[in-house]
Amino acid sequence: MATVLESEPEGHTGGSDNAPAPEAVVVRFAGDSGDGMQLTGGQFTLSTALAGNDLATFPDFPAEIRAPQGTLFGVSAFQINFGSTEIDTAGDAPDVLVAMNPAALKTNVGALKPGGLIIADTGEFNKRNLEKAKYDVSPLEDGSLEKWQVLAFDISALTLEAVKPFGLGNKEALRCKNMWTLGLALWMFDRDRQPLIDWLKGKFAKAPILADANIAALNAGHAYGETAELAGPLKQYHLAPVDSEPGLYRTVTGAEAVSYGLVAGAQLAGLDLFFGGYPITPASAILHNLARLKEFGVTTFQAEDEIAAIAAAIGASFGGQLGVTSSSGPGIALKGEAMGLAIMTELPLVIVNSQRGGPSTGLPTKTEQSDLYQAVYGRNGDAPMPVIAARSPSDAFECAIEACRLAVQYMTPVMLLTDGYIANAAEPWKVPDPNGFEPFPVTFLEEPNGPDGAVLPYARDAKGARPWIKPGTPGLMHRIGGIEKNPGTGNIDYAPASHQAMTNARKDKIDGIAAGIPAQEVTLGEAGGRLALVGWGSTYGPIHQAVRRARRKGHDVSHIHVRHIWPLPENLGELLKSYDQVIVPEMNTGQFKTVLRDQYLVDAKPLNKTSGQPFTIAEIEAAIAAALA
Amino acid sequence: MNDMTPIAKVQTTLKDWETDQEVRWCPGCGDYAILKAVQRTLPELGADPAKTVFISGIGCSSRFPYYVESYGFHTIHGRAPAFATGLKLANPELDVWLVTGDGDGMSIGGNHTMHVLRRNLNTQILLFNNEIYGLTKGQYSPTSRLGTVSPTTPLGSVDRPATPCAFALGAGGRFIARAYDVSKELPAVLKAAHAHQGAAFVEIFQNCIVYNKDVFADFTEKAGAAMGQLWLKHGEPMLFNKGTKGIALDTETLALKVVDVEDGDWQAAGVRVHDVKNRALAHLLVEMPFGPFPMALGVIYDDPRPTFEAAVIEERARASAGKTANLAKLLSKGQTWTVD
Repeated sequence: MATVLESEPEGHTGGSDNAPAPEAVVVRFAGDSGDGMQLTGGQFTLSTALAGNDLATFPDFPAEIRAPQGTLFGVSAFQINFGSTEIDTAGDAPDVLVAMNPAALKTNVGALKPGGLIIADTGEFNKRNLEKAKYDVSPLEDGSLEKWQVLAFDISALTLEAVKPFGLGNKEALRCKNMWTLGLALWMFDRDRQPLIDWLKGKFAKAPILADANIAALNAGHAYGETAELAGPLKQYHLAPVDSEPGLYRTVTGAEAVSYGLVAGAQLAGLDLFFGGYPITPASAILHNLARLKEFGVTTFQAEDEIAAIAAAIGASFGGQLGVTSSSGPGIALKGEAMGLAIMTELPLVIVNSQRGGPSTGLPTKTEQSDLYQAVYGRNGDAPMPVIAARSPSDAFECAIEACRLAVQYMTPVMLLTDGYIANAAEPWKVPDPNGFEPFPVTFLEEPNGPDGAVLPYARDAKGARPWIKPGTPGLMHRIGGIEKNPGTGNIDYAPASHQAMTNARKDKIDGIAAGIPAQEVTLGEAGGRLALVGWGSTYGPIHQAVRRARRKGHDVSHIHVRHIWPLPENLGELLKSYDQVIVPEMNTGQFKTVLRDQYLVDAKPLNKTSGQPFTIAEIEAAIAAALA
Repeated sequence: MNDMTPIAKVQTTLKDWETDQEVRWCPGCGDYAILKAVQRTLPELGADPAKTVFISGIGCSSRFPYYVESYGFHTIHGRAPAFATGLKLANPELDVWLVTGDGDGMSIGGNHTMHVLRRNLNTQILLFNNEIYGLTKGQYSPTSRLGTVSPTTPLGSVDRPATPCAFALGAGGRFIARAYDVSKELPAVLKAAHAHQGAAFVEIFQNCIVYNKDVFADFTEKAGAAMGQLWLKHGEPMLFNKGTKGIALDTETLALKVVDVEDGDWQAAGVRVHDVKNRALAHLLVEMPFGPFPMALGVIYDDPRPTFEAAVIEERARASAGKTANLAKLLSKGQTWTVD
């Protein structure tokens, strides 16, 4: 392990008596889908956060719920990067790989840093599993792992031994393997076991024997670390807490942050929240979260399909609540026509798109940013709609509030883009004060707004927004719909001048949002220079880290990260033109690049990746180096 | 099990329910008669225009909301039930009417029709069935009879038609009724639908005079009315043709049969008494084929049970009991740590 950490470029600070401590460590847990790797990773994340380290995680799991055991495509992995310095990404290459079976080793070892540590469960390296992983000979025995350190021992047998007193069946007993492994990992990084013991007691409150068995496995793994340290290569490291702003912290996933942000946004608008959803990976977690928040005036509705989900949300908005729907790419495609109706009837609506690899079903559990065109352009007719993109799990909270604000202030549907990575990944979050946000209370029309008591549902305010009129309000009866209408009265009117006027009004209203959003700032670096990397969404971490490293080496490069994708901030064009070169790293084939070229006639160059995996820092560093060479 | 506060009755006249919009259906269209029947019924219900909402999808029938002086929402093809569901959950006090057609409600929106019935949203669903696509110029529809010649089926349609009332009952509907556009009984059927707490499904045969003229004439025209119409009344024998014929149950085959009634002695002929709460009888009546049998009209089935929105409200109240909506507290819940 020591060799691994010496190769870490960030240098060493802090530490324990045992070994020099690194600033940051990347650990990947990999096992069978049924091995509980996501749960192990989640609990290790929590213990890391409680230890005060900064962190970023990357859960990576197959689309199959229970893929056949031991297969290569059934491997589920969870990577965490943590340290005593600011962490922006889940890390490029792991320092430590925990491989629970041969398939997990095969699919993950290639990513491991040279000299990195492999912890493998020999109990699973039997003939059958080796065949399933397509190994002719055990890699633990044929020397093929010699560029790494290998710590291979029978975790299965050790777990069975540890839980023997509880009389569990073999299958149930082996389920405790992940806790044994976690116990070892907690020892390695000098963590407190108590929060995990408390969590296990809560989780298995109805089956205390399972709680006891899991705790025993956890303790046994921990004890193994202490014992093995005396004899072998295993070392213990203590990473000093990160230097963060004072305050209360927790970990949050993007799905949680979006859910809380929507609740906060509805509160700031003074409205009840209606959420219409239909299960889809990776967006479902938002529906799950909100279904538990009914006391916040939240109604959740699991509709019969994606279209019904958005239609019900629009119906609720018509009725005076804040309608929200959420999905991922394929579901968003289905909602397209209804978005057009919300644009046409000028009703507030928030659409959350947790993007995944596409087209069609694509890569349900993998991340991508390829719905930008769909978000900005993907509807029939001239159908302008604001689009906002969250850059990280915690950023999704503020973005959700901003989406709610735009929706009610401009009477428009708004799309909030996250992606599979943001939705599932967790990061430490300084708990915000919901009262620290500027409220944007909604006023419904209560009296006729036209001459002689006429109701003009399409009269416009200074922002170009029409009044919001709740059915049930006496004297304001009116009809709205998807057919083109007369400006002001909203009555059906296909006259050429009316369609021209209404098309213009809808466009002007959305364009006008640019005047009400903050000017684009340079996230890191200077305004103007040799090179700008312009990103949006979850590429924030790798771009930021790569630019930071390049700047340390003396390169003239800056990072610009855009939240408001449509309309774009008013100063963005001028800002981009102040650099000699502009590179747009995206997890698609160059969608935002095209938008920037179209809007500003700048020679934005694409840097693209569509493997279902986030960018590594190294990939972006290489692009910077090539551009400045 | 009436779960909502009844809406206060308001005095209006037919005129109060007319908008200033020019009605744009073809002259002679059956929709005019249905519109008038609705506008005539609403004052009798004591309906409040401010609390009444008409929601429609796409098609000729779906222009309906523009012509009723209430709140209205002309939405997208087939999805009106879903919009209505969101609206009712947002404000259960609203009196929501859904207007749809055989294409809108049975074809593109069949899925939503099924689910709004299954969930039992408290709304009136008026499905105008003219067995044709009118607004797109005369293609056959999912209710068109076998062999219907249309621009898309020049040799006659080969797919079997759906039966809207059977579909609605099968989807879990608790109120199923039938009427036709120019029938004098239509307002009474609408009133019964309105009185039903839950999803009330009314199929209204409508004469598309341009693309499917007189397709229901065999029972709607005077000549065939007596033999062709069976008007159902709860607690009364199922008689037609001026009481000379009736509907009985063949207990061997568990099928309905037509029997002759002599001297008004329907008991002797074995004629069944209609019971709107008998679901098995409702299944037989909605499937009763016209031709060998008369068309079953009126309220076929009416057996309410708790509505969807009442259940949602109850659940929300139960989930919120004893809790306060403190967002700051929610955000700092669970395992946290403090940095000094």
